[in-house]
Amino acid sequence: MPGKVHVTTTINGESVEFLCEPRQTILEVLRDQLDLTGTKEGCSNGNCGACSILVDGNVIDSCLMMGVEAEGQEITTIEGVASADGLHPLQQKFLEHAALQCGICTPGFIVAAKALLDQESDPSEERIRLYLAGNLCRCTGYDKIVRAVQDAASEMAE
Amino acid sequence: MAISQEDYLGITDYKVVGTRPVRHDGADKVTGRAIYGTDLNLPDMLHARVLRSPHAHARVKSIDTGKAEALEGVRAVVTGQDLALNAEEQLADLGEEVVRVKDMCAAVLAREKVLYQGYPVAAVAATNIHIAEEALDLIEVEYEVLPHVLDVREAMKDGAPLVHEDQRTNSMGERSENFSNIASHFRTELGDIEQGFSESDVVVEREFLTDMVHQGYIEPQNATVLWNADDVVTIWCSNQGAFGVRDQTARILGIPVSQIKVVPLEIGGGFGGKIKAYLEPIAALLSRKTGHPVKMIMTRTEVLQATGPTSGSWIRVKMGATNDGKLVAAESELVYEAGAFSGSPVGAGARNMLAPYVIPHVLVDGYDVVNNKPSSSAYRAPGTTNAAFAVETVVDELAEKLGVDPLEFRLNNSAKEGTRRADGPVNKRIGHEECVRAAVSSDHYQAALDGKYRGRGVASGFWGNGGGVSSAAASVNDDGTINLVEGSTDIGGTRTSVAMQMAEVLGISEQEIRPQVGDTDSIGYTGVTGGSRTTFATGWAAYKCAQDIKEQMMARAAILWEISEDDVEFDQGVFQSKSDPSKSITFKDLAAKLDSTGGPVMGRATAKPTGVGGAYAVAIVDVEVDPDTGKVDILRASIFQDAGKAIYPPYVEGQMQGGVAQAIGWALNEEYVYDEDGILRNSSLLDYRMPTCLDLPMIDAHIVEVPNPGHPYGVRGVGEVPIVPPTAAVANAIYDAIGLRLTELPMSPPRVLEAWWDKNGGNGSA
Repeated sequence: MPGKVHVTTTINGESVEFLCEPRQTILEVLRDQLDLTGTKEGCSNGNCGACSILVDGNVIDSCLMMGVEAEGQEITTIEGVASADGLHPLQQKFLEHAALQCGICTPGFIVAAKALLDQESDPSEERIRLYLAGNLCRCTGYDKIVRAVQDAASEMAE
Repeated sequence: MAISQEDYLGITDYKVVGTRPVRHDGADKVTGRAIYGTDLNLPDMLHARVLRSPHAHARVKSIDTGKAEALEGVRAVVTGQDLALNAEEQLADLGEEVVRVKDMCAAVLAREKVLYQGYPVAAVAATNIHIAEEALDLIEVEYEVLPHVLDVREAMKDGAPLVHEDQRTNSMGERSENFSNIASHFRTELGDIEQGFSESDVVVEREFLTDMVHQGYIEPQNATVLWNADDVVTIWCSNQGAFGVRDQTARILGIPVSQIKVVPLEIGGGFGGKIKAYLEPIAALLSRKTGHPVKMIMTRTEVLQATGPTSGSWIRVKMGATNDGKLVAAESELVYEAGAFSGSPVGAGARNMLAPYVIPHVLVDGYDVVNNKPSSSAYRAPGTTNAAFAVETVVDELAEKLGVDPLEFRLNNSAKEGTRRADGPVNKRIGHEECVRAAVSSDHYQAALDGKYRGRGVASGFWGNGGGVSSAAASVNDDGTINLVEGSTDIGGTRTSVAMQMAEVLGISEQEIRPQVGDTDSIGYTGVTGGSRTTFATGWAAYKCAQDIKEQMMARAAILWEISEDDVEFDQGVFQSKSDPSKSITFKDLAAKLDSTGGPVMGRATAKPTGVGGAYAVAIVDVEVDPDTGKVDILRASIFQDAGKAIYPPYVEGQMQGGVAQAIGWALNEEYVYDEDGILRNSSLLDYRMPTCLDLPMIDAHIVEVPNPGHPYGVRGVGEVPIVPPTAAVANAIYDAIGLRLTELPMSPPRVLEAWWDKNGGNGSA
């Protein structure tokens, strides 16, 4: 096994350095080395979206990105969505709309929905459904998730 | 209609029950702070992986772990030889399924044979997960490959390869002479089936096939175990029942339950599939061998290959009705594949399939059959979705032949209070008629559906719900709040639905209660979160616990006022002297005086409620079929469900919507695809395709409330029944759209196209 690689990156606005093996995904680094366990692992091959993070504003399945690829990037995880002032409107609306049951997919959905609302202020229902189609939820049937995102979009537009 | 009074209180002005607060664990779950099973990391922890069988059926001749053990970083390897042999013939009730103890032990790690592809053979603990993974390749296993059997009806035949060489058929108490893959056969009979069909003017008979489908929870199975130097075994996991894991692990390892503590962490979905302890016993063996905590997480492929899907099935249903629209006869054979070990949910399917109706003449035969597939596990209303798919399709066809609206036909034949179900029980107060009426009068049913290749279907469903045992304990804080500890794994908001019932008793807000799920050392025995029992039974424990607190607090008020306890009454959170109403104190103010009136107050209760109320649901689904591709789009879906009393309505709706979504996946896409060698060809979430949000419309959830007389607040379980009706509703909608009765699940594009081509010839391009 080759030695570990030194990586310098930005996570949730903070400069972070870590050492990782070339075979480690950024998901593994986040969860097991940096204790950022809010990002979840559901399938390890890019099909469920539970591990969604933002890399330079784009939604990425972190199980498909190697740790070494984080060099110089700007990463946002679920831990970086709320601020000291309180919950992000998406987080608040997920609670108000009961848009989660077991909650394991919730960080991924909130991160992906944030990427959408960062780009588009008034997405249609169909647009929301298309954008979130990479995130699987087995509990809710998506109804309340879509409504929460719609409501958060309205509130953020105000 | 009056509700018969047993335990139901008939409250009409609830203060907390029926409201929509934010759940107690919400902030943790939207910020990523909630700790799920896989999020736990302990000092000195090892990581372990499981080696699994590449064959569907083989004898394990030898396992050489030497090379794996020699790999740097590997700390221990275990095989079936590390497990004590347990050949108990007894049954173990896991809460939503019953298994043989012998099978439960054999399923953990292979000893002599592997019975399906993915069967656990050995496990490696190493300093990191990658080394454990590498070491799996170094374990040398010599197999003698045996003939296998995958098709459930093939498995029933004489001469089929035997999954278990020593299994005889238990046919209603009689053991067969010959060895067989048929583990059991049962029969349910009511009236005289011959007479029933002779009285029938219209008879419909069809055969149905369904494939294995998976629960599909997003969090894979996981467990972290420390076998400490004092032989205390601590297990951190995300299972549907901490006590269930304790019981199973103790049985499998041959140690007393008192030696094991199970700490439930947050759980990422279960649906019945996280009741069995797959990894906990293996991690315990590895921890004992190494002295380190050992963490195990399944990959998604392992989850699909080796944890419980629900049974595929072959079902024949024949039903007869008279020209005046009355059902008179129903005959059915149900053959369910159990996978590697007996225990398919065929019994539940048989019990529930005809429960929406009054039918005087019934004959049902059920068969539990083993084959070389993973051992089936409970999945939301186990066994019942398969059976309802068959029955509700036939009911639809009967209504059509009689020229009666399908909901009106269901109403005309509806089970009601006092009618007898085919399997014996006389119905207590039930809500099937109310659900059908709600569906009939809904906007959805009243709305026109226009367009070529579009159709609407309906179906009913029943699930009996569970009771079981639950415990609750609570302490009153001096600021008037309460810390509540209960034993039910919270998979979808039950901390809150349980706390709300306590709050209702005490006249305080649910936010003044802090509920938490206790570990097995901290709370009394509580059964699994399954069978739709938690809000019903653990809610009942919380209700009783609140009564206990109320009574103790009344005694404190009596001490405070120096009056007799009999002189104290309690209403809406206020204690008052009956004889001197000027003496009055709120719950909160009295809580501040506990120290001066005798010290802390703690309440406790256990519950084993018997007044379980079954639940009915009715689904309406609109579809559009693309005859060029065979793809079916869901245009609109509604579900009408009797919740008894919806304690926490947003999460009742959520259960209903989620059940419908799973049923739509089952109806249209989901299936286990095995090749002829018994290898699962779609063991990823790309190929095992569950619905995404783009596949579904909004799902209209209509809560119907017919209080259950067997619960103080009228609660019925809500989690399971919504998955029951929609598969048939989709099939009936497809029929309405294109005139084809599809009888195999999933009704995937190839199957729809094939049926379309059969009917229309050629490549069917319209």
